[in-house]
Amino acid sequence: MNAHMNTQGRTWKLGENVDTDVLAPGRYMKFGIDEIARHCLEDLLPQFAATVKPGDVIVAGRNFGAGSSREQAPQALKHLGVAAVLAPSFAGLFYRNALNLGLPVLVCEDAPAIADNLPCAVDPESGAVRAGDMAYRCEPIPGFLLAMVRDGGLLPHLEKKLGKK
Amino acid sequence: MRPSTPQTLAQKIVARAAGREHVTPGEIVTCEVDLAMFHDSSGPRRLQPMLERLGAKVWDADKIVLITDHYLPANDDDSRRIIRIARDWAADNHIAKFYDGIGICHVVLPQKGHLKPGMFAVGGDSHSPTGGAFGAYMFGIGATEMLGVVVTGQIWLKVPHTLLMRWNNRLSAGVTAKDMMLHLCGKFGLDGGQYQVVEFTGGAVSALDMQERMTLTNMTAELGAQTGLIAPDATTAAFLAEAGAKDVNIEAWQGDAGAATLAAHEFDAAALSPQVSAPFSPANAAAVSDYNERIDIAYIGACTGAKLADLRAAARVLKGKRVASGVELLVGPASKQDQDEAQADGTLQILVDAGAKLLPTACGACAGYGEYRFGENTNVISSTARNFKGRMGAASSRVFLGSPYSVAAAAVTGRISDPRDLVGN
Repeated sequence: MNAHMNTQGRTWKLGENVDTDVLAPGRYMKFGIDEIARHCLEDLLPQFAATVKPGDVIVAGRNFGAGSSREQAPQALKHLGVAAVLAPSFAGLFYRNALNLGLPVLVCEDAPAIADNLPCAVDPESGAVRAGDMAYRCEPIPGFLLAMVRDGGLLPHLEKKLGKK
Repeated sequence: MRPSTPQTLAQKIVARAAGREHVTPGEIVTCEVDLAMFHDSSGPRRLQPMLERLGAKVWDADKIVLITDHYLPANDDDSRRIIRIARDWAADNHIAKFYDGIGICHVVLPQKGHLKPGMFAVGGDSHSPTGGAFGAYMFGIGATEMLGVVVTGQIWLKVPHTLLMRWNNRLSAGVTAKDMMLHLCGKFGLDGGQYQVVEFTGGAVSALDMQERMTLTNMTAELGAQTGLIAPDATTAAFLAEAGAKDVNIEAWQGDAGAATLAAHEFDAAALSPQVSAPFSPANAAAVSDYNERIDIAYIGACTGAKLADLRAAARVLKGKRVASGVELLVGPASKQDQDEAQADGTLQILVDAGAKLLPTACGACAGYGEYRFGENTNVISSTARNFKGRMGAASSRVFLGSPYSVAAAAVTGRISDPRDLVGN
């Protein structure tokens, strides 16, 4: 399993119904993604944006990403280097947006049981997760979306498809 | 699936858009999009750089509707830049259905006659299920997915199950569609819709006018549904005829009797009391009588809560009364048409005489994108849809959600109060 663990970081534990307003606060929406990402989650975890590192993994409760269609919510997490978000369920709009932008979002029943600040590695394609001394398994990304996710999201996927014509 | 298998309204629309006779919940289909709507924030400023990268053009300018609402009034350089990009993009791409500064997209879209039963539509905004009130399958998507639609005219969909919400009897005076939705959010939670379709039926729904029905489907976003639907009827037809929609077919777009649903819930509308949701979630709903909080600001705004029907509801409470001292009542009508009609029938004058301050017909404090944001430690009651922490103002501000009646009642008494004690004839 370890051979496929292509991300390595720490876990950040969040609760249920984390909404898009705390992920991409409205007052910064007029700016570019650099500025929005700087304020990602600041009303919940004031230190998050300044201390999160590439490869880190969010473990959260159900219905992650509730609220708006603003794709700057998953884009901010990706911009900060978050390698994956694990949760028992995602808001449908957020889920589509995240995969379209190439942020792995993995349905994981056990995510709420994973502690904060553990060393963590995730293989988005197989759904294998290691956090601390424990191994977990997420549902794999649906097969019909895998080609797009492998291409890095919808824009590069379209680029490839249109380029072939 | 056998041809005789009964289908829900959602299945029928999705099947038609997918070029199929029948579809089965759970299967993945590709749908042709009849209409794509977006606004200044989710639209051109995000789409144009991606279109340039792909070297692609819009698939069908006639199927695109662009409406400016989030960054109006544009009072700083960034907002002005975003609005200018929208205007330039509409001109460059020959978008005839461009509505600039006349109101909020979800309200303007049907008022201009662009929706009709059986349509398959996407919107660059989470409250796009508002269109479901007209028997159209309309749901929200993000900007990158909208780019895919704008370039290809297609989108993938997991055929949804339907959750049926049957509301029997009639709402009592001073109780609204907003109260129905806050009650459902409280009962089922922000993911109660399971990203499936919530369809509203029953005598209490049939009795609602189109704008109240729009409030029902609008807030299926807060229920976590992909969209909401109401089967069209004579009320729908009358609204669409006035809006100038052509070729409206009511009979074809009804669910079959006996179609399988994921769940079917029944409610007694007559027994529903006004509902208020406490910070910081629409799901924190309880009867208005459970609250007595002092408030600083009463806000009637947005697509959810400031349509003509909402303004009239507030006026029924405020007629001949004054806003309590120390309370600010803010009213931002959802569209110019709503504002003009409220002006013509005296509704607006009642609100102004009571002490209301009128705000521009735009998303305003609901989106929290612009200058209208609530200050530190402010207590607010709002007719809008979301009260997440920090959305509409400082993280320390506290927003309670209620119907326009409940907002107006709190404005008069200075505290969250039962509006039924104040509703005039």
